[in-house]
Amino acid sequence: MSTVDIDAMEEQHHPRGITRWLYTTNHKDIGILYIAFGFLMFIVGGILAMLIRAELMEPGMKVMGPELYNQIISVHGLVMVFAALMPVSAGMVNYLIPMMIGAPDMALPRLNNFSFWLLPPAAILLVLPWLLEFFGIGNGTLDTGWTMYAPLSVQSGPGMDFAIFAVLLLFLSSTLASINILVTVLNLRAPGMTWDKIPIFVWSWVNTAVLLIVVFPALAGAAIMLLLDRHFGTHFFSAAGGGDPLLWVHMFWFFGHPEVYILLLPTAGILVHILSTFARKPVYGYKAQVYSFAAITMISVIVWAHHMYTSGLPTAANIYFMFSTMAISIPVGILFICWFGTIWKGSMTFETPMLFALGYIVLFGIGGLTGLILSDAAADQQYHGAYFVIAHFHYTLIGGPVMGVLAASYYYLPKLTGRMYDETLGKWHFWLTMIGFNVTFFPQFLLGIDGMPRRIADYAVKFAPLNMASSIGAFVLGAAQLIFLYNVYRTLVGAGKPATGRVWDGAQGLEFTLPSPPPYHTFEVPPTV
Amino acid sequence: MRAKIRLQIVLAGTAMGAFVTNTVRAKAFYNFPTPVTPVAEDTLFIHDLFLAIITVLFIIALGVLLYSVVRHRRSRNPEPATFTGPRTRRQWMWSAVPVLVMIVIDYIVLGIPSVEAIMTLSNKGHDRLVVVATASQWKWHYAYPRYGIGFNSVLSTPRDEIYGNAPKDKHFLLEVNHPLVLPTGEKVGIVLKSTDVIHGFWVPAFGIKQDVIPGYLRKTWVKIDRPGTYRGQCSELCGVGHSFMPIVVVAKTPAAFHEWVVAEQAREAGARAAATQTWSRQRLMTRGKVVFDRNCAVCHQASGLGIPGTFPPIATGHPFSASKALLDKLSARGFYKDGRIVEGPLSNHIDIVLHGIPGTPMPAFGKQLNASDIASVITYERNAFGNRTGQVVQPSRIVAARRAKAN
Ligand code: HEC
Ligand SMILES: [Cu+2]
Ligand SMILES: [Cu+2]
Repeated sequence: MSTVDIDAMEEQHHPRGITRWLYTTNHKDIGILYIAFGFLMFIVGGILAMLIRAELMEPGMKVMGPELYNQIISVHGLVMVFAALMPVSAGMVNYLIPMMIGAPDMALPRLNNFSFWLLPPAAILLVLPWLLEFFGIGNGTLDTGWTMYAPLSVQSGPGMDFAIFAVLLLFLSSTLASINILVTVLNLRAPGMTWDKIPIFVWSWVNTAVLLIVVFPALAGAAIMLLLDRHFGTHFFSAAGGGDPLLWVHMFWFFGHPEVYILLLPTAGILVHILSTFARKPVYGYKAQVYSFAAITMISVIVWAHHMYTSGLPTAANIYFMFSTMAISIPVGILFICWFGTIWKGSMTFETPMLFALGYIVLFGIGGLTGLILSDAAADQQYHGAYFVIAHFHYTLIGGPVMGVLAASYYYLPKLTGRMYDETLGKWHFWLTMIGFNVTFFPQFLLGIDGMPRRIADYAVKFAPLNMASSIGAFVLGAAQLIFLYNVYRTLVGAGKPATGRVWDGAQGLEFTLPSPPPYHTFEVPPTV
Repeated sequence: MRAKIRLQIVLAGTAMGAFVTNTVRAKAFYNFPTPVTPVAEDTLFIHDLFLAIITVLFIIALGVLLYSVVRHRRSRNPEPATFTGPRTRRQWMWSAVPVLVMIVIDYIVLGIPSVEAIMTLSNKGHDRLVVVATASQWKWHYAYPRYGIGFNSVLSTPRDEIYGNAPKDKHFLLEVNHPLVLPTGEKVGIVLKSTDVIHGFWVPAFGIKQDVIPGYLRKTWVKIDRPGTYRGQCSELCGVGHSFMPIVVVAKTPAAFHEWVVAEQAREAGARAAATQTWSRQRLMTRGKVVFDRNCAVCHQASGLGIPGTFPPIATGHPFSASKALLDKLSARGFYKDGRIVEGPLSNHIDIVLHGIPGTPMPAFGKQLNASDIASVITYERNAFGNRTGQVVQPSRIVAARRAKAN
């Protein structure tokens, strides 16, 4: 034989079956693992959300008792933030970044494999206590809400210890992943891929990685202190022993506030790519966006106590945190201007990814604007700990990151699989999501304004009509996601037209110079940009 | 102060000013419950101002988006533009204007009234009356140091309405056995304490929400405009009973308030006198059931069977497992043997109820309940749920136990 069959050789590079996935150091495989795991966890978190809305459909405890209710809301929160959104976003970065910057793989492939495989045990730790309880061991999983405020979390049952270890694993996983991303972007860019050329998505993840490395240790440290308080007689958080319950609250939110941007930034990054593709127009305000990301990153670590306006901080502190929080509205406002600038005078078409991208702008816009209200230390006396906040952060976190993840999924699905998804189903998915989402969460703003506290398992009769509406909306929202799963499934099994390498006629970027699906190894010889 | 805020609205020159001032009074669906304190008025004012501003911003942005979606679609604009940033002066202006508007809105239009409201909230002026509200899982205790009175305030909604199918009362979950009573027209300081975890004191009509944190004394204040009943709830997740610890405040005119104080003092004096009497077994049992259902059933359950793994049964002979630390404390007091709850010695029972079991969720009731109530509940526990000790505890014994501890 005179010619070497490169494709066949490449195929042989990886083992088949389960070992391929267990041992893989290939960024695309790991990316897919992350994404698949994240979506699986979306389903888990989603089912928990449906249970919450089922219980809250009518006043009176109908479906479960308050013990289980508190556990469900806690796991729903932790799973959605840590086990669903963050992994999907980490999967996107793993799959895309090497292709976007023209690198053969991530810089630290073995570490990459390790970061991923830390996740499933963490998720299992969160739900295992339920299984144990079923067999008569312990009393279920953590029941403190995802914020795990001490001393409630000191008092809580053994499920809390499982949650602490889950948090520590998640900490390890995301710190290692972040280091890997930074090292990759710093060292493995293709020749000519200078800092002012790397795609916005890569910039967004550079900031995300920095944030993760800076703030996650605060939560990990607090979690260890909590463990010591629970079992080793220390008194970090116990007032009776000279400790301070507010210390937990500070440490948690020092992490917790930036966490919002950790979830948001990557999808804000991917969003512009999608807008630019479907407007057939280059990204508007590249530099402005990069600087805005940096500004958001920096400001986000100095505003955490806006979650503590009702904890009795000194007046001066309240005023400082109010004004620093308001400052975030400026870089975020600039991002909005850039998004508008990107589609302005473009030549737009409205395939499903574009619909989700536009939906992102609208819903996240509502989330951002209500966030501006929440920055007010005085009026926050009414919003804090109430349904207003729940509505607000679902508008920011579903409206932003989840819509962004869905947009990106439709956008890259043809790239990953080499097949087009079904456009009609995609449109149904979009519109039902929009309707279901707004019917679920808009009433929650009004409930909060009317005085309904969050995290209550049962509520006064005056809140009944809006809760009923919200539950119905939630079921529509939940059902709509089944359409998405089916659409992905049929694409994976090969229904649907074959996709070209460029996929979308307006698509830019190195990843679209490759065939769809891309070969197992790409850019072994760096491209020149 | 109010006039100053109004003035700023005029200065801000927004048409919204008129809209805002008009909506302050009536309770519209987008408003907080009708405010009855200065703080609540400030926060409602800011809320309406913010709402008006963000609604306008949202409509403008949505308008631009929809315009672009309609005009800049491929069918109407087949040739996309290629610009990547503002170049001409005019384009720079278009990009800079929204940012400047944002800064003005943040720091002037909203910033100034917000700072004023924060100042109102932190008013350190003289209080005509101070009440101490103590939160515990899952009830409130209100004390009036100046009048020497104090009482527990617990949810009075019957279990059937929550877990069963009994028709729900109008004030379902927002009703208590003994509301906090406050005078109108006077500045009242509310000192907040917690005995266990973080709770939150929130009455929407007062515009205040204050976390109640163990180890801290937090303080807030109200000056209620008009008599009425105002209902709120605990606003920090504090465990299983978080949904079931409402705050009900009855505001009375100063004259009516003082009548109430006198009646309350008489009632408590009566209870102290009753503690010196000898109670019949029947009377102790009847009173005991009431006290148990109000104070103990949240944890030990009305059935006396507790919750596995967390709260032990009161009914003896039932199995119970929990962490070793908890079980050791129970066995040391003689209430736990061979995996089951047993009836410990009476003196230990009294000690548990008076002083709690430190290091566990079992609270100390010595300061929260009077001697007759403690005697009744112990008598009840030792003779109900299938327990048959036949022992009767007189209030005088509780008084003596308290005195012994004090010495
Ligand atoms: C906040 C929850 C809570 C409330 C309210 C509560 N208890 Fe307890 N109680 C406990 C816990 C937890 C224990 C077990 C502590 C341990 O394991 O050492 C306990 C133990 C006991 C015991 C000893 C063990 C047993 O099962 O007999 C008695 C007696 C008791 N409580 C009586 C009362 C009485 C009387 C009241 C009401 C006046 C009350 N408790 C209210 C949580 C509570
Ligand atoms: Cu925040
Ligand atoms: Cu509570």
